[in-house]
Amino acid sequence: MKFSYYPGCTVHSTAIEYAKSIDAVLDVLGIELKEIEDWNCCGAAAAHSIHRQLGLSLPARNIAQAQKQVALSSQLITSCPGCFNALKRADYALRNDGETRQEIENVVGFSYSGEVKIRSLLDILNNDVPQESLTAKVKKPLNKLKLVCYYGCALVRPQAVTELDNPENPMMMDTLMDLMGVDVRDWSYKTECCGADLALTHGDLVQKIVGRLIEHAKDAGAEAIVTSCGLCQANLDMRQTGPDPLPVFYFTELMGVAMDVPNRKAWWSKHIVDPGPLLSRLGYE
Amino acid sequence: MNYELSGQTVARDASFANEVIEATGVRVDRCYQCMTCTLGCPVADVMDYPPNQVMRLIDLGAKETLLRSRTIWMCVTCETCFARCPNQIDTAAVMDYLREEATAQGVEVPEARIQLLHRVFAENIKSFGKVHEATMLMAYKLKSKDFFSDMGIGLKLFLKGKIPLFPSKVKGMQEIKRIFEKTYDKTFGGRS
Repeated sequence: MKFSYYPGCTVHSTAIEYAKSIDAVLDVLGIELKEIEDWNCCGAAAAHSIHRQLGLSLPARNIAQAQKQVALSSQLITSCPGCFNALKRADYALRNDGETRQEIENVVGFSYSGEVKIRSLLDILNNDVPQESLTAKVKKPLNKLKLVCYYGCALVRPQAVTELDNPENPMMMDTLMDLMGVDVRDWSYKTECCGADLALTHGDLVQKIVGRLIEHAKDAGAEAIVTSCGLCQANLDMRQTGPDPLPVFYFTELMGVAMDVPNRKAWWSKHIVDPGPLLSRLGYE
Repeated sequence: MNYELSGQTVARDASFANEVIEATGVRVDRCYQCMTCTLGCPVADVMDYPPNQVMRLIDLGAKETLLRSRTIWMCVTCETCFARCPNQIDTAAVMDYLREEATAQGVEVPEARIQLLHRVFAENIKSFGKVHEATMLMAYKLKSKDFFSDMGIGLKLFLKGKIPLFPSKVKGMQEIKRIFEKTYDKTFGGRS
């Protein structure tokens, strides 16, 4: 399987361990990603928060870049929910709103073809890869690991735009973790917001929001949290207070453990809450 | 119809609701004040007007009150309100519009740091085409004069190699420049 790939800015910085674990796991599964040429920032929360047209035009330029390599793959994969949300919003507007499409085509200087389909990595692993292909690669089922799946906001909302899963009770990560043997706990905070970029201006508030999430994760019997979002991971990993903080994994890191891919120590060294002790106690490292 | 707001009697003005509907396509006039948005909002307790009151203020025409509110900056567009609204009102999209209006009009806002962070972030993209955390955070710290908060966390991330020193720049910077010229710069006039 071969897909076009939009990595997003954080693959070289705050989510570097996500990027490395994605590479390792997709290599095992024989999925090839071809990075689109000269991509730019999707605009994140900042662009749309203060300028609608800028918030649509920045991701639209990436759609333009993906159109150029449509012969290679018409599917553009992204692993970051923030980028996914921005790309999908731009695509939704370009596809469904003729007036906005003209505006954005004029700003970006391209012609929207509608050929590129934007997809999240979680969607690919759930719906394009057969479950038997995933379980066939599991060398160490993680059945002693108790955790909760945390999806956050951007991946699943608004549903008309993201076209993914149930916006209140998504199951894509739960399903993948279950295939890896993980003891997945149910909880009602799967899609509760982590406070997002308020972390930079209102650290105390985000600490409170994160504290609430951690408390409920622990109530569900979780010893760790798994997520697919760099901003959720950063807020949960950095803003926990109190004793016994929970390690916060990217789902691809845990797939990597179950598939026993090499060089995992380099991922753990990037975490603030060291997942090493938990993984050693359970006999996975 | 007249209404009371902050001790003053004001006349209702329906033109603002029409302006919001025209600009965003969001049918704010469908709101029947069930308060589902406010019940699910993760930051309602730190807003001066919770989301359902924003809908009511739009109905009354209280544009000035909303543009000067703390609410519009505390909203992080998590879209829980829209996901749960029985009338499919995308309240978060309305917040985007109100923030853009407040910024374009140069209104003095009560959450200047949040507005500044958005602007510094956008201007970082204008410089490199991608976000470079180190220069972005530096610019934010200098302009907000908030030098000390989160220094510990910043240092930890730097030591873990998560904040690269050097930016990587998009090759097609003239395309990025063109996007900004036709959008952001046009509205905000290069004002910083």
